[in-house]
Amino acid sequence: MKFGIVVFPGSNCDHDAWYATSHNAGAEAHMLWHKDTTIPADIDCVILPGGFSYGDYLRCGAIARVSPIMSAVREHAQKGKYVLGICNGFQILTESGLLPGVLLRNTSLSFICKDIYLRTEQILSPFTNAMEQGQILRVPIAHGEGNYFADEETIHILEQEQRIAFRYCDANGNASMESNPNGSINNIAGILNDTGNVLGMMPHPERCCDPLLGNSDGLGVFTSLMQTVGLV
Amino acid sequence: MKHFKAMITVTLRKSILDVQGKTVEHALHSTNFTSIEHVRIGKYVELFVHADSAEQAMNIVDDACKNIIANPIMEDHHIELQEVSVGETA
Repeated sequence: MKFGIVVFPGSNCDHDAWYATSHNAGAEAHMLWHKDTTIPADIDCVILPGGFSYGDYLRCGAIARVSPIMSAVREHAQKGKYVLGICNGFQILTESGLLPGVLLRNTSLSFICKDIYLRTEQILSPFTNAMEQGQILRVPIAHGEGNYFADEETIHILEQEQRIAFRYCDANGNASMESNPNGSINNIAGILNDTGNVLGMMPHPERCCDPLLGNSDGLGVFTSLMQTVGLV
Repeated sequence: MKHFKAMITVTLRKSILDVQGKTVEHALHSTNFTSIEHVRIGKYVELFVHADSAEQAMNIVDDACKNIIANPIMEDHHIELQEVSVGETA
């Protein structure tokens, strides 16, 4: 299992993603440069990490979307290989059209940096198959634009096709207005594409993978992928 | 070849709650600007374009707005075009 982590100017969770996948999960992980035009054939999963690519100029992810590596990321996804976008990576995926919808400014207008709870909604995906249905995870968020929005029809399709991987909830698993940190429709925290090989999520699983940090709830995302691909 | 200045405003689509606009509206109301309503916050982009005609320039800028400058899922854009002499573009 090999992860490839894309480094954009302004990425700041790239090293965390590398540490979580290699050191904590025990897979191989390599950094990929945003100017690269190809992705090595042996990379199973591309991670678009969190951060502020291109300073969030224009809109979060709008400039990264047209960087050279993104055509290769699109091809990688079209081959059925895996793409995981975390936080700014999720924003890049929606701007690219690899995932539907958009991430609006948080309804509080504040940048929110804290631990939240997630309910695992879909355990048949390659990103969640090591988890239990409804499993509650404590994972940090750190974003100003994480308010997931899509038109009614898109939301209906996402719900019907069970493509919502994670929902914001409270410690007991209740997804309510109170447990929704940013205003996302239906408490959506992470979604899958229609073929299930692309996941975008605002919370940061890579920031909670090491028991030394007191929380390793995020590790399941990476071990699920390793379980899917096979531990190589 | 003609030269044009495009003045583009990008605002959130009407169907999307503009929280920032609402907050500014409340601030205006609490400072007695009670006759002001429907505040919307957006951004302004200015650029120069050369084309054979105003229509062609408008098409280029509109295409740029739909592709990069605005995100049609959440934003509307409005373009105002003005023909300028070459010296004005610098």
